[in-house]
Amino acid sequence: MADKQPSRRNAPALALHVPEPPFRPGDTPDFSSIKVPPAGSAPRPDTAVAARETHPLATDLVRVLDEDAKAVGPWDPKLDADTLRKILKDMVTVRVFDDRMYRAQRQGKTSFYMKCTGEEAIATSAAAALDFEDIHFPTYRQQGILVSRGYPLVKMMCQIYSNPGDHMKGRQLPIMYSDKKHGFFTISGNLGTQYPQAVGWAMASAIKGDSRIAMGWVGDGATAEGDFHSAMTFAAVYNAPVILATVNNQWAISSFSGIAGGERATFAQRGIGYGIATLRVDGNDALAVYAAVRWAAERARSNKGPTMIEFFTYRAEGHSTSDDPTGYRAAGEAQSWPLGDPIERLKAHLIGIGEWDEERHSEITKNADAEVRAAQKEAEKLGILPEQGKSDIGSVFEDVYADMPWHIAEQRDQALEEQR
Amino acid sequence: MNMIQAINDAHKVMMRRDPDIVVYGEDVGFFGGVFRATEGLQKEFGKQRCFDAPISEGGIVGTAVGMAAYGLKPVIEIQFADYIYPGYDQIVSEVAKMRYRTAGEWSMPMVIRSPYGGGIFGGQTHSQSPESLFTHIAGLKVVVPSTPYDAKGLLIAAIEDPDPVIFFEPKRIYNGPFDGHHDRPVTPWARHKASEVPEGHYTVPLGKAEIVREGEEVTILAYGTMVHVALAAVEDNKIDAEVIDLRTLVPLDIETIEKSVQKTGRCLIAQEAPRTSGFASELATLVQERCFYNLEAPVGRVTGWDTPYPHAYEWTYFPGPKRMKTALQKVMAD
Repeated sequence: MADKQPSRRNAPALALHVPEPPFRPGDTPDFSSIKVPPAGSAPRPDTAVAARETHPLATDLVRVLDEDAKAVGPWDPKLDADTLRKILKDMVTVRVFDDRMYRAQRQGKTSFYMKCTGEEAIATSAAAALDFEDIHFPTYRQQGILVSRGYPLVKMMCQIYSNPGDHMKGRQLPIMYSDKKHGFFTISGNLGTQYPQAVGWAMASAIKGDSRIAMGWVGDGATAEGDFHSAMTFAAVYNAPVILATVNNQWAISSFSGIAGGERATFAQRGIGYGIATLRVDGNDALAVYAAVRWAAERARSNKGPTMIEFFTYRAEGHSTSDDPTGYRAAGEAQSWPLGDPIERLKAHLIGIGEWDEERHSEITKNADAEVRAAQKEAEKLGILPEQGKSDIGSVFEDVYADMPWHIAEQRDQALEEQR
Repeated sequence: MNMIQAINDAHKVMMRRDPDIVVYGEDVGFFGGVFRATEGLQKEFGKQRCFDAPISEGGIVGTAVGMAAYGLKPVIEIQFADYIYPGYDQIVSEVAKMRYRTAGEWSMPMVIRSPYGGGIFGGQTHSQSPESLFTHIAGLKVVVPSTPYDAKGLLIAAIEDPDPVIFFEPKRIYNGPFDGHHDRPVTPWARHKASEVPEGHYTVPLGKAEIVREGEEVTILAYGTMVHVALAAVEDNKIDAEVIDLRTLVPLDIETIEKSVQKTGRCLIAQEAPRTSGFASELATLVQERCFYNLEAPVGRVTGWDTPYPHAYEWTYFPGPKRMKTALQKVMAD
C-alpha cells in the first residue's frame, strides 16, 4: 500500500479529515466566532421535563451573569449574599492553593501538580449546590469540591507531598485525593473510569431506597472513552439518580476538543441521544453552575432520572506541571476567552449588588494566601516528597488485600532485607 | 446437584442472609442466565436485587465499583470469560487497586463470576482460559472450582471475602465431570460423590488446595476441568500420582504443593490455557525455587497451545489424555 492506487478510477479520492484547532502558536486568538447567547435567554424547564424536550438546552448556553455582572433570567438561583461570598472565597482559595502548589513542584518539593485555573467556579459552585451527603466521583481537576466541603488544606498538601500526613500512605500520585467523609471518591489515573462508577453508586442509592445522589465528572477529552458511553447507557436504562458532568475546557493536554468529537456537536448533545436530560452551561458563571446543578439534583432526587451537564469553559493554564502549552496553542487564548474569568465575574456581581468591595476582596485574597502559606508550613513539617519513601518500607506491601498473603509477606521481607 | 445448581444455590443462600447482595449481568434477570446459574433469583428477591444488564462488560464492572463504594456487595456475571476484556480496565485499574490506593478507605468486596474453559466446541470466543491475566494483577483473588461441592462452598466464601474475587466456572463440567475422553459418554454429576451438596450455608476456604488423590510417584497440579483429566490419566496409565486441585490460584496454597513435591520428587502441571506466561509457568517456577533439591526430573507442563482456540481442531488443542500420557511418561522417565 505504499503507493496511492485508487480502486475506482473515476471516483474522487477520499480524504481523511483531521480536526485542527482554530489557533496555533504564533496566531492571534480571536474567539468572536463562538456563539455566546445573552445571559438569561435560556429557558428553565420544570425539573420533571422529559429528556427529549431539553434538546434546545443542549446547544444553548445557560447563563445568569450578564455583561454588567447582573444576575438575570429564569436560571438566577437567587442565592443569599453569604452563599455567594462563600463560593467566591472558595474560588480564590483554590486559585491561591494552585499557585502555591505549582511553585512547590517547581521548587522540587513534589513531583507533580495540576492547576484548575479558570475552572474554579465549576467545582466549587457544583459542590455548594449539592448536599454534603451526596458524593462526587471527580477527575483530577475538581479540587474545588474539597475546598468547598471544608477539607483541610493541610491534608491536601500532605497528599501532594506523599508525607506521613497522607492517609493514602504515599501510594498515589500527587492530587489523586480521596476522602470518604467528604464525599470525594478516590481519583484514578485511568480516565473516564469514575463515570460508570458514579452511576453504579447512584443505582445503589436507588436500590436501597436512599435519598442521596451522585455526581460524576469527566473532561471533554475523556468523553471519547468507552466508559463515557457505558455510563450514559446505564444511567438512562436504570433512571439512575446521577448528575453526569462534562467539563469542556477545550483542551485534552495538546488535543483541542475537536479531536474528542466536539467539532460538529456539543458534548451536551450526546446526552439527548441516550435519553438523558441535558444542559449546556457557562462554566465561568458561578451562578449558572449552581443553578444547573441544583436543577439536576432536584430532578435526580425526585426519581426523574439523570442529567448530563456540559460546563463550557477554558483551561487557562498548562495541562500539568509536565506540560508546556506554548508548544501547541496560541498565547493569550485564556485572555481572549469570551466567558471571562469566573472569579472576576462573581466578584463584580457581588460588588454590583452592594455586598462586596475591592477592600474586602483584597482582604480575602490576603487571608487565603496566609491560610495556604500556614497550611504549607504545617504540611512541610511532616516532610516533602524528596525525603519520603524511606521510613516505612513495609507499608508498601499492606492493603493489597485485607490480609497479607504469604507471597506478599515474603516480598516484604525481601524488601526490608534489601534496605539493611 | 450439578455445578450450575450448586452455584445457583450459593446465590440463594447468600442473598437470603445478606440484603446488600445484588446480582446482575447480561440475561441473568428474568431469564436466569444463559447457563441457568441465576434462575429463580429475580422471582425470589425482586428486580432491585437481580436484574438484566446492558451488553457492556465495562459498564457492568464499572457500576459494580460504584455499588461496592456505596456499601453493596455486587455479585456480577460476565457471560463468557472470553468477553471479560471490555471490563478489564475497570477490573485491573479500579477493582484490584482500590484498597491499596486508598489505604483501605475504600475496598471492593465483589465477586465477578464467569464461565470459562474449553472442550465444548466453543471456538475462539467461548473457550478461553484467561486466568493468568488476573493472577498477574495484585489485589485480585482468583478461584476455579472443579466440583459442585466446591463450587458452592467457594462461591459462598468468595462472596463473604472482603476482597474482590474473580470466580471462573469451567463450563465443560457444569453438568458432569469431563476427563478428556470426548469419545466416551459423559457421566452426569449425580454419580460423583462431590455432587452431594449440603443445604444451607457452608464454605470451602479460599487459598486452600485439596489433595484429590494421594500418591507417591509424582505430584500433578491442576484446577478446573483439568483436575478430572489428570485423575483419569493417572488411572489410565497406572501411575501412583498425587493429584492436587488448587481451587484458588491467588492466594495459592503453597504449603500443600511444597509438601507434596518434596514427597514425590516430581511435578507435572496441567492447565487448559496457552503455555507461554500461563499460570503453570508461575507454578513451575515456585516448585523449582522451593523444591529444587527434591526434584528428580524437570517440572513438566501440560497446556493448551500458544494459538487462539480453534473450532474444528478442538481435540488437537485441548490438553486431553494423549498429551497427559506423554507428559506423565516423560516426567517419570527423566
